[in-house]
Amino acid sequence: MKLKTTILAGTALAMLGSSALAADMTIVSWGGAYSASQNNAYHKPYMEQNPDINIINDESSAEAVAKLRAMNEAGNITWDLVDVVASDAIRLCDEGLAMEINHDEDLAAAPDGTKASEDFGDLIVSECFIPQIVYSTTFGYRTDVDEWGGKTPDDICDVFDLENFPGKRSLEKRPINNMEWALLCDGVAKDDVYDVLETEEGQEQAFKKLDTIKDQTVWWSAGAETPQLLADKEVVIGSTYNGRLFSLIEEQDQPVAMLWDAQVFDLDGWIVPAGLPDDRKAMVMDYLKFATDTQRLADQAKYISYGPARASSAPLVGKHAELGIEMAPHMPTDPANAKNTFLYNYEWWADYRDDLDAKFQAWLSQ
Amino acid sequence: MSDTATDQVLTTKDGKPLKASLAKALRREKMRALALIAPLLLFVLITFVAPIADMLFRSVENNIVAETLPQTVVALNDWDVSSGQIPDEPVFAALAADLKVAVEEKTHTRLGSRLNYEQTGISSLFRKTGRRVKRMDEGPYKEQFIAADDKWAELQTWATLKQFAPRYTDGYFLAAVDAERTSEGIQMKPEDEQIYLYLFGRTLFLSICITVSCLLLGYPIAFLLAHLPLRSSNMLMILVLLPFWTSLLVRTSAWKVLLQQQGVINDFLVWIGLISDANRLVMINNQTGTIIAMTHILLPFMILPLYSVMKTISPSYVRAAKSLGATDWTAFWRVYFPQSVPGIGAGAVLVFILAIGYYITPELVGGTSGIFISNRIAYHISSSLNWGLAAALGTMLLAAVMILFMVYDRIVGIDNVKLG
Repeated sequence: MKLKTTILAGTALAMLGSSALAADMTIVSWGGAYSASQNNAYHKPYMEQNPDINIINDESSAEAVAKLRAMNEAGNITWDLVDVVASDAIRLCDEGLAMEINHDEDLAAAPDGTKASEDFGDLIVSECFIPQIVYSTTFGYRTDVDEWGGKTPDDICDVFDLENFPGKRSLEKRPINNMEWALLCDGVAKDDVYDVLETEEGQEQAFKKLDTIKDQTVWWSAGAETPQLLADKEVVIGSTYNGRLFSLIEEQDQPVAMLWDAQVFDLDGWIVPAGLPDDRKAMVMDYLKFATDTQRLADQAKYISYGPARASSAPLVGKHAELGIEMAPHMPTDPANAKNTFLYNYEWWADYRDDLDAKFQAWLSQ
Repeated sequence: MSDTATDQVLTTKDGKPLKASLAKALRREKMRALALIAPLLLFVLITFVAPIADMLFRSVENNIVAETLPQTVVALNDWDVSSGQIPDEPVFAALAADLKVAVEEKTHTRLGSRLNYEQTGISSLFRKTGRRVKRMDEGPYKEQFIAADDKWAELQTWATLKQFAPRYTDGYFLAAVDAERTSEGIQMKPEDEQIYLYLFGRTLFLSICITVSCLLLGYPIAFLLAHLPLRSSNMLMILVLLPFWTSLLVRTSAWKVLLQQQGVINDFLVWIGLISDANRLVMINNQTGTIIAMTHILLPFMILPLYSVMKTISPSYVRAAKSLGATDWTAFWRVYFPQSVPGIGAGAVLVFILAIGYYITPELVGGTSGIFISNRIAYHISSSLNWGLAAALGTMLLAAVMILFMVYDRIVGIDNVKLG
């Protein structure tokens, strides 16, 4: 009897507690420094304005596509907002797992009245995608390599130049970006890269070029690996996301420099899972309007060196919140860094990803 | 005589035949036992057997084409690839009707990404056509589709569509053994796309290597554990169990620090002058790395069954052998070792089965030559979303383990496995 009373009382208390507490909103992101920047720039100010909403951070973005599909099949969507890269957003939109967004109606206009769809411009690569940041995959190299005799790499093709720049490299364990760089350094013009890569001969050409550095390459699958390998002197040059290199160079003070040449721009942003109940959807859309406005996107750049996706945010980018250094020169979109950039073709990779990935894995294991 | 026989049927006090009464009691007993284990049985069925069965079923399930394009599939029945011509207007009209519904329900892109696994380019074909089909109000549709995307004029597109129209497919299993169905029947894929059979082979080979090295390292330790005085053996046992309490990722990362070219071991070898600075050993991001790290991680699974079996072997046997004139080696090999075989069996099966399905550690330290088939399964589950292929690969892995288990049962005998 006593036990029963305790259980009853406990249940009643728990119910009381949940109703008195704020409404929960689960936001999924990448974790680490990136989630921290979102927390500082978006979540904290939003929760201050809306004390009845409690934001829960989930760090599952790396498995977001698979998990969303599983949730969709189970008919139980537990996430409210998900941070994904653009190619995943396209995939989720294709699969019907993400909601289509009316960018002009759902998002705030720029301070000067420019419509959201124009402010984001070409970066809206899918109807479901709300761009947040522009990041790039680019190379960092150690500045203290004796064998290089004082030379420093300033061209993407120096990655393939083992004579002048001996030492191990690190590249991502997937075909995307690597195939394009290989072709660029094998004499293919920038505009022709995807046309060439569409053909069997073009793919072979790219693999042949990659063959020249294959036995000098460490392949990474997590973005944190290259900074670690560079810091440990395991590799002398390696590709990763520019924000990771920023923290290696500026925050951890390692003798590493950026090679911005032929950096590949990519996008990261939000998607809203399809099939949310109306009340949760309304809550998320309210948050989205706030978190993707011009000022908020500019604020995020105080904490991490990724470029805001709105054109109107760029002039507002200021100093790093802790280091106090100007952030603009560390942005991948800064004119000095973006002299030679490569545009990643989402649509093309959506078609060729399965095929080329199989070939790439077969090539790797040969 | 017969009368007495019927009279002699034993009855209980209330007149019921004893046999029936006993059977009833036994049945009641069984029901009670079943009721007691029912929660566990249900739990296992719901959380373990059902999801696995569901996942395995995906390796042959292929409803998506018939559900998204029902009229087209019917219309395609009359068409044959060998005609060498793309289908006629009725099929295109059916496709237009189906696609209009599919665009409304936003399922056409899903079908596109499904068929893109089979033929590169279908993903964007469906996305592009989906945008155009809303504006196709009336026929003839054939020209309008071809104007939207000239892939509709290609025989290959229609061949793929027809081939994957049935509700069940063997396509995933064929892909899992590097084969495909072409117009000339089942053929192996081009050499530069073959990978899965090779990876299956490598997974088996490396798992055997890991099992053998676990056994070689684990046997002496288990022997020591079983024969040292209690105080020191307890200390040793804690050392064996310590890695168990440490996170898997921490242990794997520790191996990176130790094994990498600028790592602790190489630094030490260079310092004592065994190798030159230019020729540092490559011990990680290859098979060596995978074998070393996995052996370390799985070692307790070998030591614990071995230990518990060795603990039960009475020392008097070895003493008796020695008193009869056997040397130390003979006493060990002829008397002690055969008694420890059940422990070896249990440990080896445990380590091998755990190793064959591992993927975190190979992913982190395996580089390109040390990854397992499970890494590709994980890729297809979480990145490419090709769950059908992942399910087919998983089914094959499961079947391989079961076959090996049966072979093991034949050779060693499953009764001859002891955990203690």
